[in-house]
Amino acid sequence: MISKYLEAGSTYAGDIDSLILLILAVVGFWGLLAEVVFFGLIFKFAEKEGVKALYVTGEDPKEKRWVSIPHYLTLIFDVMIIIGALRVWAEVKLDMPQADETVRVTAQQWAWTFTHPGPDGKLDTEDDIRTVDELHVEVGKTYHFELASRDVLHSFSVPIFRLKQDIVPGRIIKGWFKPVITGTYDIQCTEICGIGHGLMPAKIVISEAGKHQAWVKANAGVAAVAAPVSGSTGGMP
Amino acid sequence: MSSNSESLGHLPIDAMSTAAGEATKTDTHGHSHDAHGGHGEHHEEQNFFLKYFWSTDHKIIGMQYLFTGMLMALVGGFTVYVFRMQIAFPGISVPGWGRVTPANYDGLITTHGSVMIFWVAMPVLIAALGNYLIPLMIGCDDMVFPRLNRLSYQIFAISILVLGASFLVKGGAFGGAWTSYPPLSAKAEYNLTPQGAPLWLLAVALEFVAFLLGGINFVTTVMNSRAPGMKMFDVPMVVWMIVIASILFMASVGPLVAGAVMLLFDQTVGTHFFDPNKGGDPILWQHLFWFFGHPEVYVVLLPATGIVAEIITVFSRKKLFAYKTVLYTAVGTGVLSFFVWAHHQFIAGIDPRMANIFSLTTLLISIPVAEMMFVFIATLYGGSIRLTVPMLWALAFIGEFLIGGVTGIFLGASGADIYFHDTYFVIAHFHYTFFPIAFISVFAAVTYWFPKMFGKMMNETFGKLHFWGTIIPFNFIFIPLFLLGVRGDHRRIFDYSRFPDLMKPGMPELRVLATLSLVTLLAFQAIFLLNFFYSLFKGKKADRNPWLANTLEWQTPSPPPHGNFPEGLPTVYRGPYEYSHPDRAQDYWPQNEKAAS
Ligand code: HEM
Ligand SMILES: [Cu+2]
Ligand SMILES: [Cu+2]
Repeated sequence: MISKYLEAGSTYAGDIDSLILLILAVVGFWGLLAEVVFFGLIFKFAEKEGVKALYVTGEDPKEKRWVSIPHYLTLIFDVMIIIGALRVWAEVKLDMPQADETVRVTAQQWAWTFTHPGPDGKLDTEDDIRTVDELHVEVGKTYHFELASRDVLHSFSVPIFRLKQDIVPGRIIKGWFKPVITGTYDIQCTEICGIGHGLMPAKIVISEAGKHQAWVKANAGVAAVAAPVSGSTGGMP
Repeated sequence: MSSNSESLGHLPIDAMSTAAGEATKTDTHGHSHDAHGGHGEHHEEQNFFLKYFWSTDHKIIGMQYLFTGMLMALVGGFTVYVFRMQIAFPGISVPGWGRVTPANYDGLITTHGSVMIFWVAMPVLIAALGNYLIPLMIGCDDMVFPRLNRLSYQIFAISILVLGASFLVKGGAFGGAWTSYPPLSAKAEYNLTPQGAPLWLLAVALEFVAFLLGGINFVTTVMNSRAPGMKMFDVPMVVWMIVIASILFMASVGPLVAGAVMLLFDQTVGTHFFDPNKGGDPILWQHLFWFFGHPEVYVVLLPATGIVAEIITVFSRKKLFAYKTVLYTAVGTGVLSFFVWAHHQFIAGIDPRMANIFSLTTLLISIPVAEMMFVFIATLYGGSIRLTVPMLWALAFIGEFLIGGVTGIFLGASGADIYFHDTYFVIAHFHYTFFPIAFISVFAAVTYWFPKMFGKMMNETFGKLHFWGTIIPFNFIFIPLFLLGVRGDHRRIFDYSRFPDLMKPGMPELRVLATLSLVTLLAFQAIFLLNFFYSLFKGKKADRNPWLANTLEWQTPSPPPHGNFPEGLPTVYRGPYEYSHPDRAQDYWPQNEKAAS
């Protein structure tokens, strides 16, 4: 359903979409049924001249079934949903597959710095590539990412991956993704981080191996400098 | 309409309830006394100020909260109007405000959220209705601690002044969202509101103190001052719900008050409780906030369901289906609500394994909540349903809240929340819960109890116009927001035009649709205000029981005088929902009417 609007760009995006679809089917059906019964009763039992309402306490087990059967059904469907939810959660957030490469994401008020390994494929070497507001990755490779913040909370969200993770100053938070499509898409900060929160868009550029490697070679050792922490200047970018 | 005043047993004064203890005197001029006889205070004639601003009468205090809440709703409504205009038409000069800067924008969303929850929903649902209804519905003359009650309102009023002051100081009002997460909220160099941030926090803390005082009063009064004969299961549901909500509030607010003090110290005296650079932990705040924040949503939900229970029984002339089940689900929801808070933090950087536990508890809580809705729907079965204005609102509550409830499941499912967290899907979800709570149920309550409060009937035609003019736009605001959330719109963004993925065809149009619907909804509120004040002064006179209801507040004059029951405090013979009893010709049976059969 979501991929109609937003490409499913990672290995797990499809699984999150399916989970959402499962929930939609289950709660959509029951929610709709409840609404239909509800409106039906309002019309069926509209006030009529000379007809007295029934006297039902609802304490009798036979009457209680009206509530307890839907109640048990809710439980069963809850269990279905929870199994789906936990499986997808484990896939995205708990089980980290072996990485081909690691990138570092540093957020600050109000810019992103991305540190990519250079041609040697390793971080913390001379040829690391630092960019501002642009993350370059290769389709089909498994990436680990390390999130850090220089100031306040931010959140690293890549909607086409269905990925989101808050960034907490003082910690490095790790995660992973594996892109399956190419193109240029939004990266968004999704945790309010001050007056520039709406002004820190970034891009993810996903390319074929050849194109990506060419970019890596051409930029080896580039160290872009992110804007200073704007909060301390008190101004707007 | 016939009233049942004939059947009211005239009880001797000394047969009154015990705990409040003292006889209540009502002087014939209709003036009310400041303190109750027997408190050892002198009596004096009261001027307008003393009567309406210094009163200890629970009804006056209830009205103070009601009117203050209505006033604050205008503030909440105005702020959302301004920032929705900016979202739909970025950069325009908003009529009544001007151009919206990013700092303005953040201040507006923060104020909107905090005001609607802390200064509208809480005061109206708990304080106004609790104060007004509890003594009347349990058949006593006032709260157990009337002066504590007055103090509660005064502190509440001060909290509003403090919040208002935050707009006037250097740097302007706080803009770190109603959740106020540090480090953003903790340091002026990050939030750029050096005085606005501490003032906001102080205002919230004061408001909590006010409600703690109120809560103590509600619980004590219901436990001690029930009319003779009123057993636990004869207490009307709305009273139960306010009591359970007060207990939830009192049990959950402690950690947040502690957190607020710590954050205030971080802001003002340089402590580092939440500062990661100095060994503090910003996530600790989130736990304290949501440990309170989740129970808080049930604190406001429960009174709303209580209102709905009162109204759907009266206007379907039916006994409440499974009274005890409703009570147990309320208690069950309340207890469970303490174990779900981290569903707001799935991806906040907590240990990801925690999500499994909190996802489970969150889906579990949907069971008692759903069950309560089933009970209400079952109550309609076999009824004789009259679609009066209060009934329309009460039914709308059920229909709309269901949508809020089921969309919560998407968010409680940890795997799906990765995508939905902090998108407009969350916004739409909680407005489908909060709007029914803070507005739909409140309109139900106001239109239902208005005749009692003011002794006048409200106009039905205007009432229905206002109903449809609110309900239709409401859905046209939030269905677009669901769709936008599904398409990835994230929240608290001042201008979407910098995000190409969020400017795809259809998305700006949905934003405009939501904003125009909002403006329509706001415009229709004028009809409510008109109806309210017109009916207050010019409305048809209401007799004591215009809806032919059973509960005690309807068995005394409208409006009730000081002391509530001039014919003597009532004695209770039965539960509150004996409608259409087979042994009776009339389809209602007041709680205090002596049994004939
Ligand atoms: C009682 C009525 C409810 C109210 C008033 C309510 C209110 C809220 C609010 C205010 C938020 C957003 C807070 C924020 O991030 O600023 C929220 C989020 C959430 N609600 Fe509800 N809610 C209600 C019922 C439910 C139910 C029944 C469920 C699940 C069964 C649920 C699940 C959630 C979840 C999981 C979130 C977190 C979503 C996220 O931030 O990603 N809610 N709700
Ligand atoms: Cu941000
Ligand atoms: Cu919650």
